[in-house]
Amino acid sequence: MTPGEIALRALIVGFIVTFAFITGFAYTTLLERKLLARLQHRVGPNRAGYIPIPTRDGKERKLLGGFLQPAADAVKLFFKEDITPGRVDLIIYNLAPMLAVIPAILILAVIPLAGKVPWLVPDPYNYFAIVPGLNVAVLFVLAITSVGVYGIVLAGWASNSKYAVLGGIRASAQMISYELAMGLSVLIPVMLANSMNLGEIVAAQKGGWFVFLQPVAAIVFSIAVLAELQRAPFDLLEAEQELSAGFNVEYGGMRFGMFFMAEYMKMASLSAIAATLFFGGYRGPFVDQVPALGFLYISIKIIIGLVLMIWIRATFPRLRYDQLMNFGWKVLLPISVMNFILVGVGIVLYEEGVFTPLIEMMRAFFFG
Amino acid sequence: MGNPILFLILAVIAVGSALGMLLSRNAIYSALFLVLNFVTIAVFYLVLNAPFIAMVQITVYAGAIMVLFLFVIMLLGAERLGGVGAVRDWEWATAALLGAVLVLVFILEMVLGKGVGGTETAVFVDSSPTALGLRLFEAYVFPFELTGVLLLIAMIGVVVLGRTKKRGKHVQHSNN
Repeated sequence: MTPGEIALRALIVGFIVTFAFITGFAYTTLLERKLLARLQHRVGPNRAGYIPIPTRDGKERKLLGGFLQPAADAVKLFFKEDITPGRVDLIIYNLAPMLAVIPAILILAVIPLAGKVPWLVPDPYNYFAIVPGLNVAVLFVLAITSVGVYGIVLAGWASNSKYAVLGGIRASAQMISYELAMGLSVLIPVMLANSMNLGEIVAAQKGGWFVFLQPVAAIVFSIAVLAELQRAPFDLLEAEQELSAGFNVEYGGMRFGMFFMAEYMKMASLSAIAATLFFGGYRGPFVDQVPALGFLYISIKIIIGLVLMIWIRATFPRLRYDQLMNFGWKVLLPISVMNFILVGVGIVLYEEGVFTPLIEMMRAFFFG
Repeated sequence: MGNPILFLILAVIAVGSALGMLLSRNAIYSALFLVLNFVTIAVFYLVLNAPFIAMVQITVYAGAIMVLFLFVIMLLGAERLGGVGAVRDWEWATAALLGAVLVLVFILEMVLGKGVGGTETAVFVDSSPTALGLRLFEAYVFPFELTGVLLLIAMIGVVVLGRTKKRGKHVQHSNN
């Protein structure tokens, strides 16, 4: 393929995948509201849109109550009065929501969504992604997530509000603190798969998911991702009780909607990254025979990731600020550094054949 | 550098953002212009077939260092430049002189040397992370380790300077 064709394919595929994820975003909000409600022994949104099913006694059963709630929310956000507070820094105030959304969408570019589906995957590549074959895809993810904080920090600064500034400062400190642990735990699948290409990392998990090989790295990564996403229990920057809503307190209407969207898009794309790095990505039963099944498996894994995040939000109380910093620097970072060194040494010893007698012994023991 | 039009666009953005950083009266705008400059330079690296360096550039400079800068600026509330003449006359003169020398060197290089962006084809270098790592740890292992030690010294310095004077007394948190 010529570079022009590659760019055209990336544009078309990117458009479709991005729209799929944006639709998914709308329903993630519904999932969160419904699930949180059930976990808190409430009903949740059930009025906007249902399928009436008549029963024998003349009444009707309401099926799928609330499935139009995202549409109602979107209409509400669009038609809200768009208030700009006085004395804000207009340029940055308007730029900040975009700077929040764009990185969230950019991560989608490198996620492997399926195996070698005929027609969809051009020849030199063997997996489906918007931009397949990037040999520094892992670094791309780290780069984009690290840039993602700008939207929040600048929104806090530009709003001309003390609550918002406090939220922004908390966000930047938190992101810097947890990025290190996240980066170090991302490197472990890279070392195990011997590649920074996300497709090759998925292919290397054919024998078994990396979470079984390296549960420590998977747990550290999940915690660091929660902190990077500013999700509960790490949502100090929007602590309602102290900062009302934190960085986005001065935003309304669709500008607020964009921050909302950034958060949920990032949740989905980072659970896709977690699935790719530790949980076998698009791999699952029969995926080698029918590559298109990959779309189904990655979607299921993303949804499981989202449900876990919502569940955690409903379960754990928010950390205090000093607990957050202590946990990041004194617990998570040492664990990930030690783990990183151990895995590095372990891989070298394995390649030198130190473990071979041990493996042979265990094989002889278990399989005769 | 493959496409001259692409180069021109990137060059204009890079120079423009650098100028914007220098001329902004607001420190936050300066920092943002610098971020834009870093990202443009990362795109330069990408066009020059060095994706690894490009990604590291964005992660380290745009993602970590500039976030720290913004953090400090916001924390100190030091956005606005003081009214006192911040740039003195001799500083302007020195800057102009150094700039003129730089331009002169470029012109001489273009006239006498092989030329900037000349016609000779660039040597294709394998820029994959594997090749880069092998080169770094085989050919350049001594400078690499030296840099590591230097960074470690800086880090120890930060820890020493940042340590509170009163040892043994922990800062009490409000809750206990």
